[in-house]
Amino acid sequence: MRTIHIDQIVKTIEQLCIDANYYINDDIMEELNKALKTEQSQIGVDIIQNLIKNALMAKERKIAICQDTGMAVVFMDVGQDVHIVGGNLIDSINEGVRKGYENGYLRKSVVGDPIERVNTKDNTPAVIHFNIIEGDRIKISVAPKGFGSENMSSIKMLKPSDGIEGIKKFIIDTIDIAGPNPCPPIIVGVGIGGTMEKAAILAKKALLRPINKRNDLNHIKEIENDVLKKINMLGIGPSGLGGRITALAVNIEVFSTHIAGLPVAVNISCHATRHADATI
Amino acid sequence: MKYSIRAPLTKEITCNLKAGDTISINGYIYAARDAAHKKMIELLDEGKELPFDIMDQIIYYVGPCPAKPGAIIGSAGPTTSSRMDAYTPKLIQHGLKGMIGKGLRSKEVIDAMKAYSAVYFGAIGGAGALIAQKIVSEEIIAFPELGAEAIRKLTVEDFPVTVIIDCHGNNLYDIGKNKFRKIN
Repeated sequence: MRTIHIDQIVKTIEQLCIDANYYINDDIMEELNKALKTEQSQIGVDIIQNLIKNALMAKERKIAICQDTGMAVVFMDVGQDVHIVGGNLIDSINEGVRKGYENGYLRKSVVGDPIERVNTKDNTPAVIHFNIIEGDRIKISVAPKGFGSENMSSIKMLKPSDGIEGIKKFIIDTIDIAGPNPCPPIIVGVGIGGTMEKAAILAKKALLRPINKRNDLNHIKEIENDVLKKINMLGIGPSGLGGRITALAVNIEVFSTHIAGLPVAVNISCHATRHADATI
Repeated sequence: MKYSIRAPLTKEITCNLKAGDTISINGYIYAARDAAHKKMIELLDEGKELPFDIMDQIIYYVGPCPAKPGAIIGSAGPTTSSRMDAYTPKLIQHGLKGMIGKGLRSKEVIDAMKAYSAVYFGAIGGAGALIAQKIVSEEIIAFPELGAEAIRKLTVEDFPVTVIIDCHGNNLYDIGKNKFRKIN
């Protein structure tokens, strides 16, 4: 048994909210630089150059990459031998988000009730996913999610007979309909299997994986590569103004499912696909 | 073509712009997004005046980040325009001449743009840190209680946009996509 005080959780989440919003991850910067060489549209190249400049400016001046600093999605992988002391865990996560968004000069984009729509003015509550793991540590990942891309995401309960071709068609159709709205070039997170909510959470988790790393399973890796190739034949291009680079990567995660089902969730994310993590 | 234009606009300016033109905007524009649009339409429906004279103006769909000490404004890139579609035709009828945002527009918006010679500009989604450097002053002029969604008057210098939909209804999203599409 190891004891972790909630003050440490608050402090860690505050810093992760700020880091995720200021600094683009290296794997994404690498793919943006590669995309400069493969994009055939001149306006597309200009846009990617501007996105790279934007990321460098955000880093240098310590400001948000994008004004939509998102709703904070927090993955908490809690070791089963951890004892949390000092207060309520969920309150401490929200306190970390509150401090991060205030002290980082990040936009407060959350409304308290989805119908009444009054801004909570501190970007809480966060969306929290708990997972119990082995060990005596907590791995915290903060993934602020903007809604330009979130709004274009989709989930469908396919039939097993729809098979691989049905899965590919649903992913590609979702990206085609999204068009310029989610700020292409995008990153596509896909969850296949489980139940409806499991597929959606897998799709979100898929976005945490480095975009230069393919799924370990060969048959899934093949789907990732083929779907990416086809998405980049749609012609949408950077900012949707026409071009080759509509997506930088397709990350798929899978889980066992029911004999009668084939749930597929497609979570679209912008080029920045912000996430930062720490283990305490 | 590349142009530098002044805001507010005139019908002569908007009618000359073609989908695909790259534009630098100088002058002042108004920032408004979802909640502010809802409130503006409620005011018009009640027969009241808008918080600013909308004739010939440009609205930028943006909800900026708070400014850090010493800065004029925080990151300030475009938000998705289609959420304003329900409110836009009425604002165009009242004189709105330009919109800056990102993403698709409805047929109703495009019809109103054609009827009243309005133009839809795109700014780069995801480049909010860069775009903020082109904003030289910011003043909240209405609905301060909306926070990031309050209406702001922004002075801009060489603010970079592309004409997405011109006043004839030509649409760069369709033109650009068709040029590079290799799959049906």
